[in-house]
Amino acid sequence: MIAELFAAGVRLFTGVQARWLGCAPDITQRVYFANHTSNLDFLVLWSVLPSNARRKTRPVAASDYWRGGQLRFYLADHVFHGVLIERKKVTRSNNPMDQLIAVLKGGESLIIFPEGGRTTEPEMRPFKSGLYHLGKAMPDVDLVPVYLDNANRVLPKGEFLPIPFLCSANFGTPLHLLPDESKDAFLTRARAAVEAMAKS
Amino acid sequence: MNSFSLDPQMLELGAGIFVLLLVASIIGFILKKTVKGERGQEVILNLNARINAWWVMIIIFFLAMATGGIGSVILFGLTSFLALREYITLTPTHRADHRAHVWAFFIITPLQYVLIGFHNYGLAIIMIPVYAYLFVPIRNVIAGDCQDFLARSAKIQWGLMVCVYFVSYAPALLLLHIPGREGQDGKLLYFLVCVAQMSDVLQYVFGKCFGRHKIAPNISPNKTIEGFVGGVAGAVLIGTGLYWITPFNPWQAALMALLIALMGFYGGLVMSAIKRDRGVKDYGATIPGHGGIMDRIDSLCFAAPVFFHLTRYFFT
Repeated sequence: MIAELFAAGVRLFTGVQARWLGCAPDITQRVYFANHTSNLDFLVLWSVLPSNARRKTRPVAASDYWRGGQLRFYLADHVFHGVLIERKKVTRSNNPMDQLIAVLKGGESLIIFPEGGRTTEPEMRPFKSGLYHLGKAMPDVDLVPVYLDNANRVLPKGEFLPIPFLCSANFGTPLHLLPDESKDAFLTRARAAVEAMAKS
Repeated sequence: MNSFSLDPQMLELGAGIFVLLLVASIIGFILKKTVKGERGQEVILNLNARINAWWVMIIIFFLAMATGGIGSVILFGLTSFLALREYITLTPTHRADHRAHVWAFFIITPLQYVLIGFHNYGLAIIMIPVYAYLFVPIRNVIAGDCQDFLARSAKIQWGLMVCVYFVSYAPALLLLHIPGREGQDGKLLYFLVCVAQMSDVLQYVFGKCFGRHKIAPNISPNKTIEGFVGGVAGAVLIGTGLYWITPFNPWQAALMALLIALMGFYGGLVMSAIKRDRGVKDYGATIPGHGGIMDRIDSLCFAAPVFFHLTRYFFT
């Protein structure tokens, strides 16, 4: 209920237009991976999913930030159902990949930002390897490239008051890891797929 | 600014629009059944989407009018906010503009409509052209980035003038005190909106039916000389026919309608030029069939201030 209201609020404020260019808005299990320029990115992507799919889709977020206060933790845990991962003190025993693979094995979908952090440059950074490992461990799950436009103008890095720019989210054709595809080749292909959605 | 919801003239005007839209809907339905071919069907689909959107817009407009002044102020205030949002989304902005944008959206825009709501004519008329105009470059200079400084500041100043200041002249018509017509200023707003929008609609209809010669091919490829002449002539006839709800006599109403239609035409062209330069066809997708809010009110932006000041100068 709160999640529904929150999603409707985000859609109203950002006027976000979702274009499902390469797949349908349904409850197929997916890993949505997108460019990352703003703290609002996951909210915008999450808010345009159909509500039955949204309930089963969990954004991946940094544990140190979202555990940083009671309200933040409540939002992350109860509203967005985020998967909070450790990004600073990663060891073999708390490897975040295990957490993400467990979520996928449980039948839920994920939202990830493979650039690893927000960028301020117009170009996307090279992708980190997490997406490759997810694709390798769960070959049947659709990997869907998404390009988010204008979220950085709504709330640029370092600002706290958002502006109601009109956002858009373009969803591309699902990818899968090809047999014998190398890590670098796959990550380059995945990044190009997000870039292609920017131009469409 | 009493409530004019029970004014019999307003009820007649409402009934007139209702019949007009009903006829349009019936024609749209018949065309949908009879027109063949893919391109023809596409035009009819768009036409019917436009007519349906008109039902919604007309109902919202009359509900706002029925509440008296405050409803109109809120309606046009929201319209300004949404139009400014479309305009600023379309123009390239810089990170350093962020704080100036916050002011434009959340302080300057609401303040303009608060001033009109409280009948503060003196301040409403200079707040944006003087104070906001000076404030925007000051706020940008505080942000401390001089890249494209003039272009960035000018874009915000333009947005505030066109989307907020000029639009606010429409509800400001309710502030006019015309001797002998107390509480009837809503009808001037009706006259302005009706003539400006009917001019647009008739330009579209005449253009689709008889359009051959493009009038501004580089700026607005769908506008034709035939559409322009038919639309402006039709708007003048409608305006003249509505003289009984205004303080004008028939030939004054005709001149006012001509002015509204011409300003509206050029307003549409100017706002189109901005779109073409950015390589898009519409300002948004808020109104099905029409495009964005800005696509619908571009003519009103340019017509409202001129209509307001001429009426104020000659009739109050």
